[in-house]
Amino acid sequence: MLDKIQWLGRTAINVIAGLGRAAFVLGSAISHIPNVRKGLPLFIQQVYSVGVLSLIIIMVSGTFIGMVLALQGYTVLVDYGAEGSLGPMVALSLLRELGPVVTALLFAGRAGSALTAEIGLMKATEQLSSLEMMAVDPLRRVIAPRFWAGFFSMPILAAIFSMLGIIGAHLVGVEWLGVDQGTFWSVMQSDVDMLDIIKGGIKSLVFAFVVTWIAVYKGYNCIPTSEGISRATTSSVVQASLLVLGLDFILTALMFT
Amino acid sequence: MSENLVEIKNLTFNREERCIYNGISLSIPKGKVTAIMGPSGIGKTTLLRLMGGQLKPQSGEILFAGHNIPELSRNALYEVRKRMSMLFQSGALFTDMSVYENVAFPIREHSKLPENIIEKMVMMKLEVVGLRGAMHLKPSELSGGMARRAALARAIALDPELIMYDEPFAGQDPISMGVIVRLIRDLNDALGLTSVVVSHDVPEVMSIADYIYIVAEQKIIGQGTPDEIVKQDSELVQQFIKGEHDGPVPFHFPAKDYQAELLGGKS
Ligand SMILES: Nc1ncnc2c1ncn2[C@@H]1O[C@H](COP(=O)(O)OP(=O)(O)OP(=O)(O)O)[C@@H](O)[C@H]1O
Ligand SMILES: [Mg+2]
Repeated sequence: MLDKIQWLGRTAINVIAGLGRAAFVLGSAISHIPNVRKGLPLFIQQVYSVGVLSLIIIMVSGTFIGMVLALQGYTVLVDYGAEGSLGPMVALSLLRELGPVVTALLFAGRAGSALTAEIGLMKATEQLSSLEMMAVDPLRRVIAPRFWAGFFSMPILAAIFSMLGIIGAHLVGVEWLGVDQGTFWSVMQSDVDMLDIIKGGIKSLVFAFVVTWIAVYKGYNCIPTSEGISRATTSSVVQASLLVLGLDFILTALMFT
Repeated sequence: MSENLVEIKNLTFNREERCIYNGISLSIPKGKVTAIMGPSGIGKTTLLRLMGGQLKPQSGEILFAGHNIPELSRNALYEVRKRMSMLFQSGALFTDMSVYENVAFPIREHSKLPENIIEKMVMMKLEVVGLRGAMHLKPSELSGGMARRAALARAIALDPELIMYDEPFAGQDPISMGVIVRLIRDLNDALGLTSVVVSHDVPEVMSIADYIYIVAEQKIIGQGTPDEIVKQDSELVQQFIKGEHDGPVPFHFPAKDYQAELLGGKS
């Protein structure tokens, strides 16, 4: 009994200490005015490796998910003679939910894991230590550009995901299953609010913040051995994915009810 | 008589339960090559990290040019670090940059020099360590010894006041070993640097050091100029510099009785 209470207490302390460390890492990384001359090239380089290199997987997934949505939606709607509503159904599912959430999950797997492993390996090979000894703060030099790049890229990736999803749905719904082209677009236009797009955007911003934060913190805080890096990478993806799903529920409850 | 650039007073440092240093004091005179020798795992790298402010001691002072390193604020520490430089045991080159970019890195970070001057500075440093021909290679394409020399070029890129060399001789062939021994001496004398060399290569250290500290058992067991060290009649010191395996300095990490452990199982 006493053991369990002790364990509970220690776990609670560890969790809180971890949160504190994570907040400190992020805080010191981004709480300064970036130096444009030095910072911008680093940021752009990271946007390339974190964002641009994730484009393929996001585009392919978006298209396929849109196509599947159209197929599934059509078979249900056609029974009620409501296949004209296929457009808004697909667009709303993508903009409100699937765009932000699936992009965040794919991003955590594709880019988040790479960030964690890269930073962890820099730590294990003493590159972070040697930066410190050269009077260059690794939090600013290594962590900050990676964080900003992830935070900036992911919402754009989510928008591209939704856009291609709608094109995929058009391909299946209109070109293949014969839904009327004019109805598809006009009903979509009248049923989808600007507010839906904004709320979806807010979701992506929150997810981008969380996924990138976890990725850089896990790498910076890892135990600098091969086993430590592999564990940090796994837990970066697992924790980011679970947090995205949990936060999605909360945000949906707050914004869409 | 010249003053001391670094002074360590009554330093105590524990790692978890294990005591690494127990109240040691030593001083690094300005403009000299000071060597710190000691058996593997005794805490030589740890001492350099303490001097660089990467680890905080439990008690004691580490004075660098009058600044007490453990008590400096983060910003003050970064200012002080611009005046020192460390050659890591593993080299610690940035793997995403070429050798050239690695050496140029500290110059670009801390100065606003135009590119053509940076280029000349990098060339000079690389020429000194004999790697000008390898400047376009990535660290993954270098051998261990070459990586160490490239890291040396990077460490001296900004002509710091204090250079700390962690095992500079390990993994070098006899020729580059000789070159590095001479280089440490020449850099020290020509640029008026202060050098700390951590090593267990006794003959090399004897040949360049002005003053030697030998650490073992959490404290300093012997010190003096190379000539004095050789003449010291402490058993510990003699065992270390002659490399005898049998003597008062233990070769083993602290452990339980060997026989008891073999008979009694692991726990
Ligand atoms: N991160 C760490 N956590 C806990 N203990 C450590 C850590 N790093 C080193 N140690 C312990 O501190 C002691 C001193 O380590 P250090 O690396 O300073 O030795 P060293 O004298 O440089 O050895 P070598 O000559 O082999 O490089 C070692 O016995 C090691 O067990
Ligand atoms: Mg060492």
